[in-house]
Amino acid sequence: MDWGYIFAVMVTSAFGLQAIVFGLAAIGINVQFGYTGLLNFGQAAFMAVGGYAVAVTVVELGLSFWWGVLFGLIGAVLLALLLGVPTLRLRADYLAIVTIAAAEIIRLILRSVAFKEIFGGSDGKQAFADGFFELSFLSADADLRIGPAVVNDRQLFTYIVGWSLVALACLVVWLLVRSPWGRVVKGIREDEDAVRSLGKNVFVYKMQALVLGGIFGALAGFVTAVGAQNVNPDSFKTDATFFAYAILILGGAARVFGPVLGTVIFWALFQGTDVFLREGIDAGLPIISLMDGTQAAVLRVMLVGLGLMLLMIYRPQGILGDRRELALDAR
Amino acid sequence: MPDSASTSAMPKHEEAVRFLADVPREPGVPKPDPILVADGVHRNFGGLTAVDVKHVEIQRGSITALVGPNGAGKTTFFNLLTGFDTPDSGSWLFNGKDIAGVPSYRVARMGMVRTFQLTKALSKMTVIDNMRLGGTNQVGERMLQAILGLWRGQEKTITAKADELLSRFKLFEKREDFAGSLSGGQRKLLEMARALMTDPTMVMLDEPMAGVNPALTQSLLEHIKGLREDGMTVLFVEHDMDVVRDISDWVIVMAQGQVIAEGPPDEVMRNEAVISAYLGGHHDKALTDTGVSFTQESSDS
Repeated sequence: MDWGYIFAVMVTSAFGLQAIVFGLAAIGINVQFGYTGLLNFGQAAFMAVGGYAVAVTVVELGLSFWWGVLFGLIGAVLLALLLGVPTLRLRADYLAIVTIAAAEIIRLILRSVAFKEIFGGSDGKQAFADGFFELSFLSADADLRIGPAVVNDRQLFTYIVGWSLVALACLVVWLLVRSPWGRVVKGIREDEDAVRSLGKNVFVYKMQALVLGGIFGALAGFVTAVGAQNVNPDSFKTDATFFAYAILILGGAARVFGPVLGTVIFWALFQGTDVFLREGIDAGLPIISLMDGTQAAVLRVMLVGLGLMLLMIYRPQGILGDRRELALDAR
Repeated sequence: MPDSASTSAMPKHEEAVRFLADVPREPGVPKPDPILVADGVHRNFGGLTAVDVKHVEIQRGSITALVGPNGAGKTTFFNLLTGFDTPDSGSWLFNGKDIAGVPSYRVARMGMVRTFQLTKALSKMTVIDNMRLGGTNQVGERMLQAILGLWRGQEKTITAKADELLSRFKLFEKREDFAGSLSGGQRKLLEMARALMTDPTMVMLDEPMAGVNPALTQSLLEHIKGLREDGMTVLFVEHDMDVVRDISDWVIVMAQGQVIAEGPPDEVMRNEAVISAYLGGHHDKALTDTGVSFTQESSDS
């Protein structure tokens, strides 16, 4: 058992690419679900729009990376409007149904044979991130070593930019939720008729929340695209949306730093259990070594599921959540 | 300020009574100075006619009670007038403006604000935040201004106004508590105070006394009278006939979706049509003498 290695994996996962990507996606869901009460089950689609906008703009249109970012943001806004206009006047569950379906439609279009020329089918798109790494201020040998784990300069640059985006997103959310705007959306979350009766245009606020959350989703898409230097339709499955929800609930919904804390802990544990089990099998630990590597990979998902269940039972408000708010619900 | 509600000199009350003295006691009668005029308001729920009001007018500056047995369509009529429901046909003027089909939030902005039968105090917010939410034209409610923090000055003004109303409604000590921790009656008070944050000209109260501890009833009544003293028009749905008699200048009786009688409270309660609508028979006693209480139903169409 190489505990140092396990620890190093946990640290690099806690602050690595996945943590950033899902942190941003969860911040978006926090705006929508946490504060406004909108059930967006299609965050993966917003991530896909961001990622693919960059890839297609650079590879197919031959434009610079920044045009891709611009198109991705516009695309996320348009997608939010498209999903929101027909559903936001209806009950909350309609948005949930429409977003989960739209996300699957978008993913299936991206991986379809018909559009293989543009979106690259199930292989996705590669070789578009150079424009991003040209901005790097790090020299090529600026590797970061955490024990046995090595973070190369490109990864390090992506992480720095990614965490800056997370910080920026948190700042925006923090400024918004403590303002009268935040008061209105929190009112909508609880009872939109009450807010309407006070002269607020509820539809507009829900739309703003949906668009803002979608933009954060697109940012997550940009980061995963440049970080992996690859976009692939299967990384935008519904699982991605629900990982982000799990992260949000773990950290604490309707808390500015809930998604950030959630993503750090989630990825540390998710990858940590993986290496721990693998190391355990190699070291011949009792019980654990009865499994092979494939079984261990499944077991860790079960363990994460168990962890989330225990969390829901013993701390349903998440780590940073306020128990009193939940308790008031029961009245 | 706290006791302004209980100054029962009632010049406005007398004014309203005097204005209404010569108005004939018949359904749909025109009033001298109506703030709200509704015509041909019709609402069906799958074949059932919930509301079928041919003509009704509400006198400005008065307290008008809307009464009627269960299922008479009072709450539906309220929902229609305030834009929370859409009629099959009909039009109504508020302050001379046609507001049929205007969305509820705009109706509220035009000065017609309502409360709900099942109180909608936002329980996960503090009392003061509930109040602040009622403030109108807040720059900080626009996204960009909210991010740039351009709302702090206005927030102080709004908070000062909210605190004043909270002391008037005796909720100031509860300022920092979650609204969910208030009693039913206090929530009604909060909802009413919050509605006043919008500076309404007309206040629509849907069963303001439902589920209120009798000890609070009197103070709620005084607050409603206070609204009239401050120049607002009040239209309220109520079942308790003693309450109706105590505070209203005029009573409109609905049954089966229609206005069946109008008049000052004492006269309306002796009206044959009204008594038979309530009791379904030929009872010759006034409603409050029968000992029957028409209080607190949990739901109303």
